[in-house]
Amino acid sequence: MTMNLIDELREKFPGLVGPVVSESPREVLIALESPDIRPVVDYLCTGYESRLVAVFAEDRVAFEGLFYNYYVFEKRGEPGYLLFRAPIRADQPAFPSLAAELPAVNWQEREIQDWFGIEAVGHPNPRRVALHDNWPEVHPLRKDFPLRDALPPFEGERHVYRPTLGEGVFQIPVGPVHAGIIEPGHFNFAVAGEPILYLQLRMFYTHKGTEKLFEDLPIHRAVFLAESISGDSAFSHGTAFCQAIENAAAIEVPLRARVMRTILLELERVYNHIADIGAIAMDVGFVVANAHAGRLRETMLRLNEALTGSRLLRSMVSVGGVRRGWSMEQRELLSRTIVDATEEFEDLVALVRSSDSTRDRLEKTGVLRPETAKALGIVGVGGRASGVDLDVRRDHPYAAYDRYSFRVPVYQDGDVLRRVTVRIDEVRESLGILQAAADDLPDGPWCAPPQPIPAGRCALAAVEGWRGEILHWVRTGPDGRLERCKIKDPSVNNWPALVEAVQGNIIADFPVINKSFNLSYSGTDR
Amino acid sequence: MFKILQKTFSSGIATVPYPDAAPVLSENFRGAPDFDFENWLDARPAAAVCPTGAIAVEDREGHRRVTVDYGLCVFCGQCADATPEGAVRVTREFELATEDRRSLVLRADYSLTAEGRHERLLKEPTSAAAETTGQKLGASIRKVLGRALAIRQVDAGSCNGCELEIGALNNPVHDIERFGIHFVASPRHADLLLVTGPVTRNMELALQKTYAATPDPKLVVAVGACGIGGGIFGTNYATRGAVDAVIPVDVYIPGCPPRPEALLHGLLLAVGRIAAR
Repeated sequence: MTMNLIDELREKFPGLVGPVVSESPREVLIALESPDIRPVVDYLCTGYESRLVAVFAEDRVAFEGLFYNYYVFEKRGEPGYLLFRAPIRADQPAFPSLAAELPAVNWQEREIQDWFGIEAVGHPNPRRVALHDNWPEVHPLRKDFPLRDALPPFEGERHVYRPTLGEGVFQIPVGPVHAGIIEPGHFNFAVAGEPILYLQLRMFYTHKGTEKLFEDLPIHRAVFLAESISGDSAFSHGTAFCQAIENAAAIEVPLRARVMRTILLELERVYNHIADIGAIAMDVGFVVANAHAGRLRETMLRLNEALTGSRLLRSMVSVGGVRRGWSMEQRELLSRTIVDATEEFEDLVALVRSSDSTRDRLEKTGVLRPETAKALGIVGVGGRASGVDLDVRRDHPYAAYDRYSFRVPVYQDGDVLRRVTVRIDEVRESLGILQAAADDLPDGPWCAPPQPIPAGRCALAAVEGWRGEILHWVRTGPDGRLERCKIKDPSVNNWPALVEAVQGNIIADFPVINKSFNLSYSGTDR
Repeated sequence: MFKILQKTFSSGIATVPYPDAAPVLSENFRGAPDFDFENWLDARPAAAVCPTGAIAVEDREGHRRVTVDYGLCVFCGQCADATPEGAVRVTREFELATEDRRSLVLRADYSLTAEGRHERLLKEPTSAAAETTGQKLGASIRKVLGRALAIRQVDAGSCNGCELEIGALNNPVHDIERFGIHFVASPRHADLLLVTGPVTRNMELALQKTYAATPDPKLVVAVGACGIGGGIFGTNYATRGAVDAVIPVDVYIPGCPPRPEALLHGLLLAVGRIAAR
């Protein structure tokens, strides 16, 4: 984002757009003079074609007598993020909601209501989202709320659903304990015969106090917490967290570490995409394809273990780089496995594509229309299958992605088949990146020398996890701790897409539609 | 159809014959750390870096009690890196499942030097295991359950890491069905609940109801550092921590997450098809 734009905004909105608080090539933070950011949002999103990436809050009452709301923007072709900080007085905890115009912030604004007790005035659906209805009136991310205190037993209705009425209309409650080996959440389907009329979601069953816990742990331990935000994205979340700390403390990550991170990020994408391709085939009855996918995925997990000591790439990323280097044998195994996996993967794709009945079940199933995807701010695989051309690796390069060329697949049809196709294309691109990075791996240190993290620094970091855009925002505190860590998993944006995509589909297709998004419950719930 | 058969035949047998044969482990696999208590000069650096507090140090009147809890260990290997004297070593051991939570906890007492380092190990470290490990279930019940075991998996708050490895038990490489063990869709069909944690406040009731819906006799297996002891999350406003804080647990499988072979080991232990170490 150029300085011209900031000057332009100041001229256009005097008295609202205040001084630049901090700036770097990665991000510019601008103070607002009032909590009402609506004119700026309108200008940026309509006139300037920017995207509102995230909205979150911070409790600074003890230090400045204020809460802050942060609004993160990006614009295609500009590598830096633009952040606005809106002050909210502690004695008037309220801000004007954007959700009516920008449905993408619906859940995020309600999270601010729940976590901080700051009202999103004018929100079209201001019910609780993060705290279940039976929780007492608490706001856990306020600084005066104690992390470790046990809340009294909950009472009353856990969820209040909108009734769906009509002749022959049934409501089917599912969960939180689901039939498969998957995470918990509650789905309330309204059906008339087989087609789904309306789906209501209740998430946050796995809420673990993660963001609050980040304020309690020393940073070197918090890296492990970041790995536990969403277990299938351990390396992506871990890297996003470390990048945020590195950005805050101006730590230069050595090239070798950046290339190694790139390799591990792509390995995470590959093993998850392969599993999803198999699982989607499985959900329409193609068991053999899933067995082959499971075998190939296992090959990738063994490679992960050989490279990091952990099948799920845990305990490898660290602030400043990675925890250990690779021997010649490990590098050879990497190169060899990529070659073998490329061949195996093409066999798997041919197998899946050989089945007309599979294609028949996937095509035109669970359609998410491009205009809906854009309005809801859908990111990642689900977005790219519905025309949303976003990829952090290309748009805001990090690690060593600026060194490799790759294509970002985008489709317009938005059905399950296109979400599978995006994954297939992405695995091919990833294998290409892996091959290039493995050949490119330089010598040198794999971690920057340890250094103290200065207090009072704020920084944002983004990673394109295999699901999509992962954001971490930190404010560092004294003694190597954090005062705030905001985590945004791509699933937070994408759950409402599922609600749209299932409408009109038969309930028997729900599992495959759900799997085609494969969103993280734990990443959403934190 | 012919292509599908051809692919399947040309792939050969993928299944690893664990536990009859040794598991396929990378040389670099990080399993449980091993502690040379005798030659451990200072436990404080290891305790300081341990992400979950699995290594704890308590000093009192010139004495130090070092507690190592394998139940909370995430196999990160940081304790070994932080201990220059080589007294902590990462091994490839993963068969840690046990019926006795306390057997996962080791305690060592040291006298201290003026600098706070260990002077001398006062007595051999002991686990806090009960003297008589009472069998929680009769052998006959285990035999009945063990022949065709139906498992209901319950994610009571996990990060999904454990679920990935539990799911891998169904792939052709680990193929848990070769033991007559299979995952079922309802607790009413289940003999065993395989529970991951930490148990969140929001899943507490669902876990209790799932337990109640499972017919007797039943077994409960707690999976992973979070299921065993709350892991890095511990107990807070949103979590109850360990599974056994909410329902009774028969077997504990350490790991973060436990690899599929470790899960298999724990499950076979739970139904008495292999002996505890």
